[in-house]
Parts: sequence; structure tokens; C-alpha cells
Amino acid sequence: MTRKQRRLVLIGGGLSVLAVAVALMLNAFRGSIVFFNSPTDVVENHVEPGTRIRLGGLVKDGSLVRGKGLRVRFVVTDGSRDIPVTYQGLLPDLFREGQGVVAEGALDGSGVFKADTILAKHDATYMPKEVVDALKKSGHWKDDYAQRAALPVSGRIK
Amino acid sequence: MIPELGHYALMLAFGLALIQGTMPIVGTRTKDPVLMSVAAPVALAQFAFVAIAFLALAECYVASDFSVLNVFENSNSQMPLIYRLTSVWGNHEGSMMLWISILAFFGALVAAFGNNLPVVLKANALAVQGWIAAAFELFILMTSNPFLRIPDAPFEGRDLNPILQDPGLAFHPPMLYLGYVGFSIAFSFAIAALLEGRIDAAWARWVRPWVLVAWMCLTLGIAGGSYWSYYELGWGGFWFWDPVENASLMPWLAGTALLHSAVVMEKRAALKVWTILLAILTFSLSLMGTFLVRSGVLTSVHAFAVDPRRGIFILAILVLFIGGALSLYAWRAPLLKQGGLFAPISREGALVFNNLFLTSACATVLVGTLYPLALQALTGEKISVGPPFFDSTFGPLFVPLMLVMPFGPLMGWKRGDLLGAAQRLFAAAMLSAVAIAATFALVRGGPVLAPFGVGVAVFVMMGAATDIAERTMILRLPFRAAARRAIGLPRSAWGTAFAHFGIGVTLLGIIGVTAWGSERIAAIKPGQSLTISHYRVTFDGTFNRAGPNYQDIVGHFTVRRPNGQFVGVLEPSHRTFPARDMAVTEAALMSRGVSQIYVSLGDPNPDGSVAVRLYYKPHVLMIWLGAVFMFFGGGLSLSDRRLRIGAPRPAKTRAALQAAE
Repeated sequence: MTRKQRRLVLIGGGLSVLAVAVALMLNAFRGSIVFFNSPTDVVENHVEPGTRIRLGGLVKDGSLVRGKGLRVRFVVTDGSRDIPVTYQGLLPDLFREGQGVVAEGALDGSGVFKADTILAKHDATYMPKEVVDALKKSGHWKDDYAQRAALPVSGRIK
Repeated sequence: MIPELGHYALMLAFGLALIQGTMPIVGTRTKDPVLMSVAAPVALAQFAFVAIAFLALAECYVASDFSVLNVFENSNSQMPLIYRLTSVWGNHEGSMMLWISILAFFGALVAAFGNNLPVVLKANALAVQGWIAAAFELFILMTSNPFLRIPDAPFEGRDLNPILQDPGLAFHPPMLYLGYVGFSIAFSFAIAALLEGRIDAAWARWVRPWVLVAWMCLTLGIAGGSYWSYYELGWGGFWFWDPVENASLMPWLAGTALLHSAVVMEKRAALKVWTILLAILTFSLSLMGTFLVRSGVLTSVHAFAVDPRRGIFILAILVLFIGGALSLYAWRAPLLKQGGLFAPISREGALVFNNLFLTSACATVLVGTLYPLALQALTGEKISVGPPFFDSTFGPLFVPLMLVMPFGPLMGWKRGDLLGAAQRLFAAAMLSAVAIAATFALVRGGPVLAPFGVGVAVFVMMGAATDIAERTMILRLPFRAAARRAIGLPRSAWGTAFAHFGIGVTLLGIIGVTAWGSERIAAIKPGQSLTISHYRVTFDGTFNRAGPNYQDIVGHFTVRRPNGQFVGVLEPSHRTFPARDMAVTEAALMSRGVSQIYVSLGDPNPDGSVAVRLYYKPHVLMIWLGAVFMFFGGGLSLSDRRLRIGAPRPAKTRAALQAAE
């Protein structure tokens, strides 16, 4: 083979691998992307039952009901709209009423959101960014969510 | 006093970094040997001052000086000493201090031990290191100063984020940073070569040990992070395709490609331009990882308090360095001379194949990580790209890589013998076929493709063994002669075999745990049992236990065989940290060979039962064991005589040696 032919083989091989990679990505993008929605988005955009989405907002105070066999029900709210959620399994350590939550799953026919994943949060003062944005948009963001973390605690005397 | 001293030392280090970044460059332009020789002592001095600053911060933590804001926010006097030390880098400011300390450390190593480097290359490379150091030191001083004081010092600190209070965190960030920052040396050498407009095979020989060290540390750092999230987050997952994990995987993929293309460049003086580009890209990905993790663009445990100024500052550094480096590359790379020729079927060809697939895989991870960010910036639409995306792009690109990997070391340089290599791999292929058949016959359940995955893993492992068997001729020579050959083999050949074997081990672990792992989630009362795989786990009850800065509610579980034989005790706990009013789950693990039983506690229910998550994780330890093999292989390769002595020989003698091999 001449130098030119060898180079052509290399370039051709490289381009074909790249083409395969692009094809794989385009294919994967069609099937595996999940959109984030606040309860208001879900109602206003008429999200179809069965479509996988992420639902983010606050766990409404007093809405958590524990059923049999690790079944839980609660309501996710952004202040304007509420969506009932059901989930079976262990809740993350920091799942609390009044705190932010992101649930992944789909709506069923009756408007109940069946979650298969409740995203774990890492810190009591941490609020998922999507939830913060959604709350800000709906005007229910309170500044003390962020400031609660920054206040120095009064210490005991050593 | 101590924090002020640290602050002052950091400012001095910044000043020195500016000198380190300018004087040697002026020297190489004006051919002034005195100015060029400034580089090494200044790099050493810069490291000394950065080290003083870092130690000052560490001392503030050890002494629990809560008048320092950073210490107050992230430490607590009740914490054990080890966690007071690790909380130095368990927060944004401190981790940036660790970053520049390691950067300065590597710079100092080049300055101290780079005596056989050409003067101009060394001066330019250290200057580039100086720029990087200056940029990040300025970043710390302007936006992330860890030495700020609080006027009224509180009595007690706010404690480190509990999930970071873990031995794994003593080790994971420093290793990861050694990897990230270690690639800065390859970057600096690449820029230096472009500035000079000259590069030869010897360049690859100087750079390769640095790349190897960085790659080893990154491998172990990623594995450590993966193991940490496996046992600490309580979900039993070892890899989540989380953007922060991807940020460390991308430099690893690019760095692995760089490691292999540097071999081609060193041996055959080919692929020069490509190797330079990879060196630039690898460190660029490391910088991008730092940006993604530290800027708060992503929400995760790693993005501590979010300050938009920081994000913009790091973005500016990113644009400056990556943009600058790539522009310089576009301008100067055509000057570099093309190197040796090779046929597509050859060792070089195999390494090019490796590079193509590794960089394509890296590109898919990059797209999957950045696409949601780009989409949100452009349209405001929020999406998440999860594991299914990566599984269906990264996976198919890795399979051919695995299949071709055993062929590479068996091929000759310049022109390889594909048929001969295939014949020598016949035994490995047969063993892999046996493994597939045996898996189908013996194991029930799991995806249909999983046995084939086992076959690929066995092929990779046996391929590595074949390489050593061929080189030592163990099947053809008497044992004594083969053993002599084994000792005489270059260490780098052993290194290659170990690292490739490690890939197979990791692959086997991943397949085992994803295909045949089982999970039980249930609410159980004391006295009740759950059966998983071939174990019966009985819940005996809970008790309270006090730790230094936390309270545990411990669940006591007894593991038995179905016939009642006692196996062991598991004590997972629910840990509450009063300083932060925060609770975490501490999972309990029991190793049975390379498999594990994993229990984590959930919430107690009003009826006295406790939610329990129980997993059986077959072969899970092999995932990290493989990384240890890779690290060990890298270490063997690093100890190779060729790299240790490092004196570059002229091209002609090397070609002669090559033929004799």
C-alpha cells in the first residue's frame, strides 16, 4: 500500500467509527430522555399518561401516608397545583414533608403519578436545582430555604 | 495568625507562579539561558509556599479554629482527627487548595527530577505549569478564599456533611486530583512542544511516566469513588452515570487513549500530532470536570455552596486554556513532522483502533453529560440523560474494544500477522466459549446477553495471559527456561498484561452484579427472616449506640445458610448527626469470596417493623479488584528500566533493538 492509501484507510476507519458513535447517540436520544416537570407544567402541558417524566416540587405538609408493604402516598406541590404520587419502596433518608423532592415515573389514567424512583438528596439544606427553579417560577420560593444554611448556630461553651 | 500566614503564603505563591509563567518564556524567545534556568527554582519555591498555605489550612482544621469561616462551616470539634483532616478537602475552598497543592507538587517534581530534559522544553513546560497555577491561585484568592475570618468566633463548628465523614473520603479526592492534575504535565509538555515547534520520539518517553502516574491515580480514584457511593449512599449501585462521575470518567478514557498513543510515538515516532492533541484534550477534560463539579452547574453532593462568580471564573479559565491550547495547536501542529509508516494490520494499527474507540466512547459520554446543560441554556427545557442513554451508546462502543484488545500485544510493529495472532488466541477463545456454555448451563435467569459478556471478559483475561505465555514460551520450553524468560521480560510487558487482565476482571464483576444480583425490599419485625440467594437473613432487633459526633440506631441481623449453619452478623445503622440535624444510612456489608451481602435500614414504621433493603451482589468486589490490577500493572510499567533510566537513545540504535525483540 502506498502512503496515501494507508492514510485513507486510517481516515476512513476513523470516520466510520465516528459515524457509528453518532448513530448510536441519535438512537439513544430518541428513547432515553426524561423531561423535568413541575406540577403546574404537568397540568398545563397535558402530559400524557404513561410518558416517563421527572416530577419535582415540595412534599405537601401533612400529605404523607404510609400504607402496607412499604407503599407510600404523598402530594407534590409547587404552590399552585398538586399532584398525588404513589411509590413502593424505601424513601431516601432526607425525604420529609415540606422539603423538595424529585420523583421519576409516569402518570396513570386517573391522574396519579406512579413513581418508581425517588431521588436521593445529599443534604438537609440542599434543594434540587430543578425544584428551586420551578418554585421561583411559580412565585413560591422563600429566601430562607437558602439562608437557613448560612445562619451561624449559637454554639455551646466548650 | 496561622490563617493569615497561609493567606500570605498563597499570595506569594501566586506572585511566584506569575514569574514562573513569564521569565522562562522570555528566556526561550531571547535564547537567554539565565532566564530559562529561573524556571526550576521558582517552581520549587512556588510549591513550598503553596504547601505552607495548605498546611496552614490543615492546622486550622486540626486545631478546630472556628474563627475561620471555612473551618466553622465544615468541621466540628467532636469529629475524630482523621475527619477533621479530610474535611480540609471536603468543601469547595479546601478542595481547590488541594488541587493547586498537587499541581505545584507535580511542577516541583519536573523541576527537581527533569535534569535530562532539554533546557528549552523544560523551561517552556514549567512556564505553562506556572500559568495554570497562577490562574487557579488567583481563582482561590478572588472567589474561594479559605482563610476568611468571622468577627465573632462561634464556639462550635457546623460539622462536615455526614456522608462525607467516611474513610473513603480520606483517599478518594486526593487520588482523583492526583489523576486530574497529573495530566497537566502532559498538557504542559504538549504546549511546550508546540511553542518550540519541534517534537520527537524522546518527547513521548519523557511524558509517558507522568501520564502513567496520572492514569494510575485516576483509575484508583474513580474506583474508590465508586466503592464509596456503593456502600455509603445505601442504594447498592456502583456507577450511576451521574454527571460528576462522568466528569472523572472522561479524562480517564482520553488518558487511556493518550497512554497508548504515546507508546506508538515513543517506539515508532508515529501519531505525533494526534498524541499532542490527546494530551491537550485529556487535561482539558480534567479542567472541564473541575468546572462541572465546582461551578454548581450540576446539582450534586460535590457542588457545595454555589456562587455564580466562581462558575464564571472557572469558565473563563476553561475558555482561556482550552481555547488557547487548541488555537496554538491549529497554528503550530502542521509544523510537526510526520513519523513512521505502518500497515493497518499492525501493533500501531491496533493501538489506533484502541484510540478511535476510546475517544468515540469518551465523546458519547461528553455529549450525554453536556446535552442537558446545552438544551437548558438554549431552550429552557429540562431533561435528564440517564443510564439507558449511556448503556446503549457506551456499551456497544466498548465491546469491539474488548474483542480487539488481546490481539494488540500479539501483533508485530509496522506489519502484523493477524492470522498468527488469531491462532495464538485460539486457546483463549476456546476457554471463553466454554465459559459461555457453562454460564448458560449452570446459571438461571439474567439477560440472554450476559453469558456472552462473561465470554468477552474471559477472552480479555485469557488474552492477557496468552501474551505472557507466548513471550515466555511456557508451553514450549522447559519450566526453568520459561521462568528465566519471564524474569527477563520487560516490566512494561507484565504491566500491559496485568492492566488488560484487570479490565477483564472489572468487566466480569460488572456483568455478574448487573445480571445476577438480587434485591429484597420489605418491612420486617424482629424475629422475621428474609431469604436471598442461598442465605437466610434474620432480623433480631435494634439497639442504640453513641458515636463521637452521632447517634446510631443499629439493626442486628444474623446470616445463616438455609440448613441453619451460622455465617455471620450484619449491623447496618441509621446514623443521626445532631450538629446538622441530618441522618444517613450506614449499610452493612458481608463479603463471601468476591460476592457480597448488603443490608441497609430504612424508616421504622409505627407497627414496630423496620423497612429493610437487602441485596445479594455476586462478583461485585471484582469491579474494584480489576482497578487494583490496573493500578498494579501501571506500577510495573512505571518501574520498567526504560522509563526509570529514561535517557533517550538516538533513534538508530532504538530501531536496531526493536528488530532484535
